[in-house]
Amino acid sequence: MIELIIAERCTACARCIEVCPSNVFEPTEAGPPAIARQDDCQTCFMCELYCTADALYVGPNADHPEPVEPATVLASGLLGQYRRDSGWDEWQGRYPNEQWLMETVFRRAAEAAR
Amino acid sequence: MSRVGRGEEEGLVVDVLVIGGGMAGAWAATAAAREGAHVVLVEKGYCGTSGATAAAGPGHWWAPPDPPEARANAIAQRQRIAFGLGEPDWMRRVLDETWRLLPTLAPYYDFPKDDQGKVRNYRAMRGPEYMRALRQQIVDLGVVVLDHFPALELLAHADGAIGGAAGIRTQRGGSPWRIAAGAVVLAAGGTSFRSHLLGSRNNTGDGYLMAAEAGAELSGMEFTAAYTVAPQHSTMTRTMSYAFAEYFDADGRQIDAPFGPDQTERLAQALLAGPVYCSLARLPEDVQRHLPTISPNVLLPFARWGIDPFRERFEVTLHTDGTIRGIGGVRVRSEDCGTGVPGLYVAGDTASRELVAGASSGGGNVNSAWALSSGTWAGRAAARRARRVPASFGGLAPLGRAGLRPSGPSRAVEAAEAIAAVRAEMHPYDKNLFRTGARLAASRRALDAAWSDVAAHGVGGGAATLALREAAALLASARWSVATAEARTETRGMHRRLDYPELDVGLATRLIASGFETLAVRPGAAPVPRLSESVA
Repeated sequence: MIELIIAERCTACARCIEVCPSNVFEPTEAGPPAIARQDDCQTCFMCELYCTADALYVGPNADHPEPVEPATVLASGLLGQYRRDSGWDEWQGRYPNEQWLMETVFRRAAEAAR
Repeated sequence: MSRVGRGEEEGLVVDVLVIGGGMAGAWAATAAAREGAHVVLVEKGYCGTSGATAAAGPGHWWAPPDPPEARANAIAQRQRIAFGLGEPDWMRRVLDETWRLLPTLAPYYDFPKDDQGKVRNYRAMRGPEYMRALRQQIVDLGVVVLDHFPALELLAHADGAIGGAAGIRTQRGGSPWRIAAGAVVLAAGGTSFRSHLLGSRNNTGDGYLMAAEAGAELSGMEFTAAYTVAPQHSTMTRTMSYAFAEYFDADGRQIDAPFGPDQTERLAQALLAGPVYCSLARLPEDVQRHLPTISPNVLLPFARWGIDPFRERFEVTLHTDGTIRGIGGVRVRSEDCGTGVPGLYVAGDTASRELVAGASSGGGNVNSAWALSSGTWAGRAAARRARRVPASFGGLAPLGRAGLRPSGPSRAVEAAEAIAAVRAEMHPYDKNLFRTGARLAASRRALDAAWSDVAAHGVGGGAATLALREAAALLASARWSVATAEARTETRGMHRRLDYPELDVGLATRLIASGFETLAVRPGAAPVPRLSESVA
């Protein structure tokens, strides 16, 4: 579930508030949104995909929070991985959409299982 | 479109109201707007990220008209696993609609091309990009998209015809809204019974509850026993890599669960005995390398947990898919996805998929093609009805009951407890996957008790209203599922009864469920009427 908004990266554009399907964020007077309803997070990573500042970190555990330190996450290189591999925004053209390969992978698996 | 009454957004009057902003709802809005209708689409979350499509990689069931045998083969193949409940005419329509419509999304979706500039294929879509494209398409068509606008109930005229809906805004402190429409398309998704199936949290069966309150029936609700593998504690139910998976028990002994139709059952049996670990070491090296650009979200949990999934074993679980990869939903009564209730149409996972999937999971392919096709038919029909039946608030009455208007004295009822009851009956493999009459009866009693509490006493207020209404929808969906599973005393497709392990030729019929306080299950008198002509 959503764990962090990295304050030094957040531009307070409020896009995450808009796109979160389960409405976990809440605007604040000034600065980054607050994670107001962490329990409602569905761990879909969509907010990260839409965050052009790569300021959001969603932990993979959907059952329990797994708190992390901002410094650790910043150093990890994990921020923005989803947006980059999806070839969104500035990554367009450098990370091609290869979804079309999926059916060939399933076909190879079926052949291997025979 | 016009506004009556006071307050922004309150009292919109439109031709067509689409409830739900996933794939089916967006295609419905597209079709209705192309018919010239003024369309409003309301979405519980955000149209673009909400629902089961957005975070997935939906393929589409696909067979071109040429060579002619391609469609016949696809239908014959599907019929073999539909176990008598599919209908070739509907399959043909879905294949044709999907083949014609999907390429028209090209202005909004960048279909990958080969070196010669030819589109590689139209059928394999990425969820986030697909939903982003559909949103842009409907916005350009003039559809008014209202995000964070969950619908709570339908509104009906005195003659029972549906004429709108009411709900709340979750980002405006729960302020209420009402919309009058000439016709309503319910595309509110199915339900995973609040499992961690990726992207399914908003899918609480709201469409089933609202349709049934309007007098529609459910069909195929016993076919909810679908499960998908995911790393333990994660939501990442993306299956491609697991086609090459090997599984092991806690002692490192390999579990006999090869890629194939029995794999889910074998894994579930192993999980009932203890933890199960997975190795993806056999995933071919070239696929490992391309995985981030095939499915960019699959590796996110591993990277964040510091697991190398190609070299280390990791614990896995199975998440319930409910009706999302299962089958059941609102019974479709006409070729334009009408429900038998005037003014009410259904699409996508809200509509029973038995017509095209039969008794086996449609997987992503059939399900996506169904969402696109049923959305298109429902949206078009809704627009045509709205030309004949003008929208008006005059005489509209709200239909919502459980969770909104208790039948007895109101008192605090915890939505979380009701949802926990649903999860406790619908998730365990030994209840929902390996079914017996005795266990189903026990589930029925537990769910009946939770339902009675919500229906008799539950009342929300503000954001709590949504949670309680979701709990009511989950409970109603679970009860219809258990009741039909009890009635189907055989094993057919994904419905497995340990006490009736054989297929019963006498039960090659749909089971229709209805009711709230007392549930009724009856065999469908006949399959959906044979198609005379396609929608004129």
